[in-house]
Amino acid sequence: MNTVIVTILVLSLLGLILALVLYFVAQKFKVVEDPRIDGVQALLPGANCGGCGDAGCRAFAEDCVKASDLDSLFCPVGGNETMKRVAEYLGRTVEEKAPRVAVVRCNGSCVNRPRTTIYDGYPSCAVVATLYTGESDCRWGCLGMGDCVAVCTFDAISMDPDTGLPVVDQNRCTACGACVKACPKSIIELRNKGPKERRIFVSCVNKDKGAVARKACAVACIGCGKCQKVCPFDAITINNFLAYIDPGKCRLCRKCVNECPTNAIHEVNFPARALKVEEPVKIEQ
Amino acid sequence: MSRTFSLGGIHPKDKKISADTPITDFPPVEIAYISMSQHLGAPSEPIVAKGDMVKCGQLIGKSSGFISANIHSPFTGTVLSVEPYPDLSGNMVTHVIIKTQEDEWIEGTDTSPALVKEIKLTKEQILKRIAECGVIGLGGAAFPTHIKLSPPPGKKADILIINGAECEPYLTSDYRLMLERGEEVLTGARIMMKALGVDKAVVGIEENKPLAVERLKSLVDNEYKEIKVVVLKKRYPQGGEKQLIDAITGRRVPSMGLPIDVGVVVQNVGTAYAVYEAVQKNKPLTDGIVTITGDSLSEQKNFRLRAGTPFQQIIDHIGGFPEEAVKIISGGPLMGKAVSKLGAATVKSTSGLLFLTAKETLREEENNCIRCAKCVEACPMGLEPYLLNKLARASRMDDLEENSVQDCIECGCCMYTCPSHIPLLDTIRGAKASVLRIMRSRSKK
Repeated sequence: MNTVIVTILVLSLLGLILALVLYFVAQKFKVVEDPRIDGVQALLPGANCGGCGDAGCRAFAEDCVKASDLDSLFCPVGGNETMKRVAEYLGRTVEEKAPRVAVVRCNGSCVNRPRTTIYDGYPSCAVVATLYTGESDCRWGCLGMGDCVAVCTFDAISMDPDTGLPVVDQNRCTACGACVKACPKSIIELRNKGPKERRIFVSCVNKDKGAVARKACAVACIGCGKCQKVCPFDAITINNFLAYIDPGKCRLCRKCVNECPTNAIHEVNFPARALKVEEPVKIEQ
Repeated sequence: MSRTFSLGGIHPKDKKISADTPITDFPPVEIAYISMSQHLGAPSEPIVAKGDMVKCGQLIGKSSGFISANIHSPFTGTVLSVEPYPDLSGNMVTHVIIKTQEDEWIEGTDTSPALVKEIKLTKEQILKRIAECGVIGLGGAAFPTHIKLSPPPGKKADILIINGAECEPYLTSDYRLMLERGEEVLTGARIMMKALGVDKAVVGIEENKPLAVERLKSLVDNEYKEIKVVVLKKRYPQGGEKQLIDAITGRRVPSMGLPIDVGVVVQNVGTAYAVYEAVQKNKPLTDGIVTITGDSLSEQKNFRLRAGTPFQQIIDHIGGFPEEAVKIISGGPLMGKAVSKLGAATVKSTSGLLFLTAKETLREEENNCIRCAKCVEACPMGLEPYLLNKLARASRMDDLEENSVQDCIECGCCMYTCPSHIPLLDTIRGAKASVLRIMRSRSKK
């Protein structure tokens, strides 16, 4: 019986001493952390995608608390709503940013851009890019091995088996930019979603001379400059035989889309144009 | 007993089916495409313009940096244009396009086949001549020879190794050169010994080339007594610089190091011949021996082929694209590069053109790794390819660097030996490129 009491006493004493040691150590080496960091982190989506440029949501929350100006910070996944809530929580203001979406600037499907060689190695765009310029004659276009699909954490990109090109699901895309970094050909660009999610862009990145580009792909931008001339807002610039539409200046008039001789300019989410439909002549009985 | 290197290696089938074909001259083409980036390092600067008349051996591309080389015209003719043109992998490189006419060499070039043994030039003159004549390594990497022959201060070579291993299957260009131009090759070796200031030189030849061994041995016994001929066991990648040094001297080149760090300079037999022509005959390097081979070809060839000959012209000359062939490789089957543009032209360092059939190029379906460690056994650099493959697929760059992916020589032994047909080299090569890029950007900071 005695042994039991002694054991309990010794262990209790030991526990008490260690607890005291731990208490003083904890006091001495206490890390003072702003409690607001936890609060901000709780408001963030927690995807840890790195789209903001930080290592993860925690690091972004720290940045938000530390930063003097929230305007330079943006969580692409949570968007304006999250940033507004973060600003409210921190008692600051933040300006609203236009929502963005990833845009694939290549339309070189098998029909438009015939394959001249066959690649049968490891299916990765990064590997193909170290070996040669790709299966078609266009050395700028999509390699079609799907590195962007593999890297997307939101399941927003998929390969279209018919065209062999990646397709972005605009409802799922958070514009985190992971695919932009993964693409060795720099085909994917983050562009403004646009009013009513309508946007116009040049779906080509070929910087070769017109004849070379056209020979490699039927829908390549040949740098003819017709779109530049027709644009009433000076939104289109042409560098290295390639047109680029500035989303900040573009007013979505769609004049360039009609003008492009190779159909390289794409419009998204516009209502179908009113086509002149010849109505069948009714024969009166 | 014949020697070999200590780590890894494989024994692919020999397939030297073009070994008995003597070297013949490839006829000049009508329009030649001379690349301004035939060597490792900065591309040369074209110094001719449209409409200029050029002669054989005339300088058309000037060396443009420390690691760069001169480029000379292999043809006589008129410059049609200087413009970007795709190379064999489709990348646009500045080419000088020449409409050719009858050959006429620039003055001061000795084009006679007579052998000149006596070395009249001094060490400095030799190095200058080699640089002027645009001699580059013809063993594969195309590194400018004059830089290799001028070791950096503080480092000194004590032995010169002439690489006649030709360990790749199919290729026979070095073999034919040793057999037909043995004396020139050895004179070239002597010139390089003088340039380096070394008194020892070794020619390493694999045992599957007994005639070349016999020919060079008889020459060495009679006259070139300071040069030794060493017979090596047949094993791939014996022709790799680091493997050859290990096989012949037993020295090990440190990681990310150069052969000069262990006092060795390695030059290919083709380079030795080019050095001979440059120094003794004042003839710039404009051509090379190219093996045209493959099971699907009716005739195997060894051509003396000028740089700038489009691949399509070669195919037309040998009677069209063979029916069974599906893939053309420039170089050997293990380290060569697939030709994706037939309009592209050969360069000085092109060593072979290999026509492969569908059966030979078949890639079996990839299976799971069974952890047999055959790849580890086969790796001549002592790496663990199965691990590098996994890390590469997960893009773990710091772990890849820790596991020395940068030491990979891209020989392909791991992929050749893998029973699960895992594309090890593909993934590792991709990762190696990224790791080297990261290391370079770090060293710049």
